[in-house]
Amino acid sequence: MRFEVADTLEGAASLLAGEQGVAHVLAGGTDLLVQLRAGMVKPDLVVDIKHIEATRTISESDGAYTIGAAVAGAEMGEHRTLASDWPGVTEGAELIGSTQVQGRASMGGNLCNASPAADSVPALIAAGATCTVVGPGGTRDVAVADIPTGPGSNSLGQGEFVATINLPKKAANSSDAYLRMIPRTEMDIAIVGAAANVTLGDDGTIMAAKIVLGAVAPTAIEVPEAGAALVGTKADDDALAAVAAACEAAAKPISDKRGSADYRKKVSGVLAKRAAKIAFDRASGNA
Amino acid sequence: MSKIHVSTTVNGDPVEFLCEPQQTLLDVLRDELQLTGSKEGCASGDCGACSIELDGRLVCSCLVLGAEAEGRDVETVESIAVGDTLHPVQAKILEHGALQCGYCTPGFVVAAKALLDRNPDPTETEVRYWLAGNLCRCTGYDKIVGAVLDAASEMRGETS
Ligand SMILES: Cc1cc2nc3c(=O)[nH]c(=O)nc-3n(C[C@H](O)[C@H](O)[C@H](O)COP(=O)(O)OP(=O)(O)OC[C@H]3O[C@@H](n4cnc5c(N)ncnc54)[C@H](O)[C@@H]3O)c2cc1C
Ligand code: FES
Ligand code: FES
Repeated sequence: MRFEVADTLEGAASLLAGEQGVAHVLAGGTDLLVQLRAGMVKPDLVVDIKHIEATRTISESDGAYTIGAAVAGAEMGEHRTLASDWPGVTEGAELIGSTQVQGRASMGGNLCNASPAADSVPALIAAGATCTVVGPGGTRDVAVADIPTGPGSNSLGQGEFVATINLPKKAANSSDAYLRMIPRTEMDIAIVGAAANVTLGDDGTIMAAKIVLGAVAPTAIEVPEAGAALVGTKADDDALAAVAAACEAAAKPISDKRGSADYRKKVSGVLAKRAAKIAFDRASGNA
Repeated sequence: MSKIHVSTTVNGDPVEFLCEPQQTLLDVLRDELQLTGSKEGCASGDCGACSIELDGRLVCSCLVLGAEAEGRDVETVESIAVGDTLHPVQAKILEHGALQCGYCTPGFVVAAKALLDRNPDPTETEVRYWLAGNLCRCTGYDKIVGAVLDAASEMRGETS
């Protein structure tokens, strides 16, 4: 295995593209080093992207955020305005691992590692986030939802990597939330994750809503029926019951030692309902 | 395969070492630099026995490559006592008997000091969440949490 440090986006792309064997980007290493140690990955080349300005910084321009793919969760939580503008996106990223893991774990790594249970992904999809992908052929913008293709696999081509994650300008009277269920209080993998993003009209009624579930399908999934059930309502009990029913129907979970498929389906509804209510209260200025 | 030459700062001193590309910073600290305070409990980020500060941020040294230390600032448990004077976190762990085998202790010391550097007056809940990535198989945690809270109040100048 060779280890290289890239100083520029183009430099990283040409190192990755030039490798004949297996090449991996290194961001926080909280997945990659575990997989290296376990022999699950055997890269010929590892490229550290943390010395590239663009991957390491959070910037804001006219309300839209550009978050470097290698920015650590702890750095997102410390940002002056990101957590208040995008509480759901930030709480998803901050749920990853322990304090120690937070010091390193990035959203870029969480997304590209492509675990179905990745905690930062549902809220990014609900936010309509895109990522800027850099590769030997240049730069392209891709919806976050289109990066993971299944457990452990992503849609990036040879030599491509994610440089930044981009949040659009937040709509007026909108907010978001992310909740997950883990069998323990801390340090576990989600058996269900649920993100909600709602936008209110001038009269306080929901005019747009997105609900996204994690850990209940090979990738995070948007549940359009759940979002539709909220539109035109004030997240009252009937609307929330419809959200829960839509999510239970859409969830296609597996059974494993953390929870049975039936339990995960049930929890999908409960969490989606709660996340929708939190996002609604935040958007109404009541939270 | 040629080794990588790394220049870094460890506990305030300039240090140079050679490492394999896949060698972790934990292995470098222990095997190349003979700083054996940091322990390997799991090598997978779960136990916190290998906790260090990297550029002032608490991380697991088992999840950092040695080569990544180039130009960075590494602080290990060995830097925490000043000469023979223990840091309050260390002194209170002793006073409270907050260890049995002691394998987890260096990690707890580094992590707890990092907390008190940022938050001099944490609640018990904040201490427990901050230390959730440090596992102890012996004590049952209560004494450790008590020692950290007691160290915090001593550092704030309150009598305990
Ligand atoms: C103790 C522990 C607890 C954890 N808890 C959680 C949890 O609660 N929730 C959760 O979701 N995850 C958890 N994780 C998994 C992991 O921390 C996250 O997935 C994290 O976000 C990965 O980010 P990273 O920067 O460390 O990625 P890395 O390990 O650096 O990279 C992960 C993978 O993605 C690739 N990659 C990284 N960045 C890019 C990029 N910009 N472009 C293209 N490819 C890239 C790498 O090559 C590698 O294959 C945990 C891990 C540990 C060790
Ligand atoms: S040895 Fe690093 S976390 Fe356990
Ligand atoms: S004292 Fe033995 S593991 Fe903590």
